[in-house]
Amino acid sequence: MPNKLFVQGSPHIHSNKRTKSVMWTVFFALLPAGAAGVFIFGVSSLKVIVVSILACLITEGLLQRMMNRRVTINDGSAALTGLLLAYNLPANIPLWMPVVGGFFAIAICKLAFGGLGRNIFNPALAARAFLLASWPQQMTSFVKPFAVDGVTQATPLMMFNEAKVIKLSQLNLTYIDLLLGNRGGCLGEVCVIALILGALFLLARGIIRAYIPFSFILTTGVFSWVFGYSGLFKGDFLFSILSGGIILGAFFMATDYVTSPVSRNGQIVFGIGCGLLTFIIRKFTGYPEGVSYSILIMNAAVPLIDRHIRPRIYGKIK
Amino acid sequence: MIHLQNSKDATKDSKVESLNISKYLYIPLLQHVGKSCDEVIIKIGDNVSKGQKLAQAHAKVYSPVHSSVSGKVIAIKKHFHPVIGVANTVIIENDFKDSTCFKQRAVSEIDSLTADSIRDIVFRSGIVGLGGASFPTHLKLNPPNKTDTLIINAAECEPFLTSDYRLMLEKTNEIIKGIELIERCLNVKKVFIGIEDNKPLAVKAFRAQKLKLNYKVAVLKSAYPQGGEKQLVKNIINKEIPRGKLPFDISVVVQNVATAFAIYEAVYFDKPLIERIVTVTGDCVKNPKNILAPIGAPIKDLIDFCGGFNTRPKRVIFGGPMMGIAQFDMDTPIIKSTNGVVFFSSIKEEEDSPVCIRCGNCVEYCPLGLMPCFIKLHADNQDWSMAKLYGCLDCMECGLCNYSCPQSINLVESVRIAKRRIPR
Repeated sequence: MPNKLFVQGSPHIHSNKRTKSVMWTVFFALLPAGAAGVFIFGVSSLKVIVVSILACLITEGLLQRMMNRRVTINDGSAALTGLLLAYNLPANIPLWMPVVGGFFAIAICKLAFGGLGRNIFNPALAARAFLLASWPQQMTSFVKPFAVDGVTQATPLMMFNEAKVIKLSQLNLTYIDLLLGNRGGCLGEVCVIALILGALFLLARGIIRAYIPFSFILTTGVFSWVFGYSGLFKGDFLFSILSGGIILGAFFMATDYVTSPVSRNGQIVFGIGCGLLTFIIRKFTGYPEGVSYSILIMNAAVPLIDRHIRPRIYGKIK
Repeated sequence: MIHLQNSKDATKDSKVESLNISKYLYIPLLQHVGKSCDEVIIKIGDNVSKGQKLAQAHAKVYSPVHSSVSGKVIAIKKHFHPVIGVANTVIIENDFKDSTCFKQRAVSEIDSLTADSIRDIVFRSGIVGLGGASFPTHLKLNPPNKTDTLIINAAECEPFLTSDYRLMLEKTNEIIKGIELIERCLNVKKVFIGIEDNKPLAVKAFRAQKLKLNYKVAVLKSAYPQGGEKQLVKNIINKEIPRGKLPFDISVVVQNVATAFAIYEAVYFDKPLIERIVTVTGDCVKNPKNILAPIGAPIKDLIDFCGGFNTRPKRVIFGGPMMGIAQFDMDTPIIKSTNGVVFFSSIKEEEDSPVCIRCGNCVEYCPLGLMPCFIKLHADNQDWSMAKLYGCLDCMECGLCNYSCPQSINLVESVRIAKRRIPR
């Protein structure tokens, strides 16, 4: 007979999806896109990725130890932030920049707000915005794919934004190039096919839900098509979703648990907001890429969305 | 709603076996919703027969308790109770003679019973809802307004439990006779038997019977908590029970399948509710079984009957693992509402002071559309009006939020606290 029984409240069983496994699964789902980045832009990409992850892990570990908190570097969250930050940087960036970015992401955007679960803004995106505001030159010089000598090249979105071109063929690019990543851009955003594979894996495992990415991508795509560069209903739907960082942003950054709404309808509103802002920034401002800022702006709206967009309670009569 | 790993394989094919090894039976005076049976009508030292009434109460809402074996009353004192911790309990020493005080009713007599006399038999037999809530059944058979639909809850959505399933396979015809008796009390037009699609044999068993025209077997998706009253009503007749109301209010009555069987036994054999099927299972039980156990048998007898343990159990759960109650003593008896006893050899992993990472699982899976993460947030801050806004009072404590939380935050616990503190 047992001599000691434990009494705990119900429920007595638990799903095996824990924070740690979720974080590391997302991390691994992102790796194919990083590998593609290394293949396309060379070994410098790998250096950026490694330095960025290490910067985040070391910052988190050191600061938590200094504050006498439990060190949580193995929960995968800091590593994921580092990886996502690297994916948002050009491949040929000076290596001190991911260090500064990683420190900013973890120390200012995450730990200063109270750590995992309490930050308002996506740390990786906030760090990217910080780097872009501080060192715009380095942050916007993108290396040409498969260039041995580090020749830089404008991204397709930059060309369109500056009205240098109005058609994809003028850039000698096809949709296949955009899908595979044969274009200038941040090191993790270019290989769309690898990102989509990772995203499908996460969707199938139920780790991310489809509401945010689909409403985000559809909104941007539809608005870009309706208000196209060459006239009403003449926009390029596919180009708008394949060319910038929207696939990376919609599937992996806007879906960040901490900084997105909790309810289904809230997530749809959040996605539509991100998509609309992305379109507006790309179309009406001097900045060609709008994904990161639109997500950051919508991050700020999350408490409001959660407060006012609630699921319908069973049996509620209007 | 979420599809849980059902873990029913260990006992789903094992036939119900009767347990009659208990030397002492602990029969609590409170096994129902309502007033405890404080008026004990036997004395210490009395010999009682199987099925003899032990206690009653002076109240509208209560259900009498009966002796489940023949033997001698040796004590009336406080003893462990699986739901409320400790309760007044009649302790009976079993003489293993099995002398009963009930006998079969003639078929002609049964056919001529009026609704009132059926209700009276149900009341005298101490029948309560066997799905877990234990509301006295005779009151549920006498609804304040007209009803048109009867739903028999045979979903058994809790993982591990197979007691209702085995009953459906082994006593199909008897259950249908019980349902007909319920129908006679209620005058309903339609009868649905709701069964989850992970129990195809039970569906087949009911369909093989010659069902009356207005009876329908409703096959439901296997998802937890399909057997919750609100989900069942919604998924079978596509109506919602308004907030704070009962199924009566939309002319529906829901009865558990085991209750229907108990009503059959009460009417046909005049047999009170003195035994029930209990699934004894878990990862450390040597031979998991479905046991027909007398009410009041302590857990340790049930586990002896199952051949003991493989490894030392750390947790004993009365009911299913999602909504069951953890026990602290092996002398705790099973009561009318105990549909299973689940043993676990490990304890639930809980982090100390976990933080919500806002993944939204609790909101996505909540079958009632509540926001458990915010209920907890506001309950922790003692902001009861905000906890209420996010639906705290609607919660049925199914436990899915806790189950799906990646940080294993005790959300249900916060809801329970808030429910007590919210001024009504």
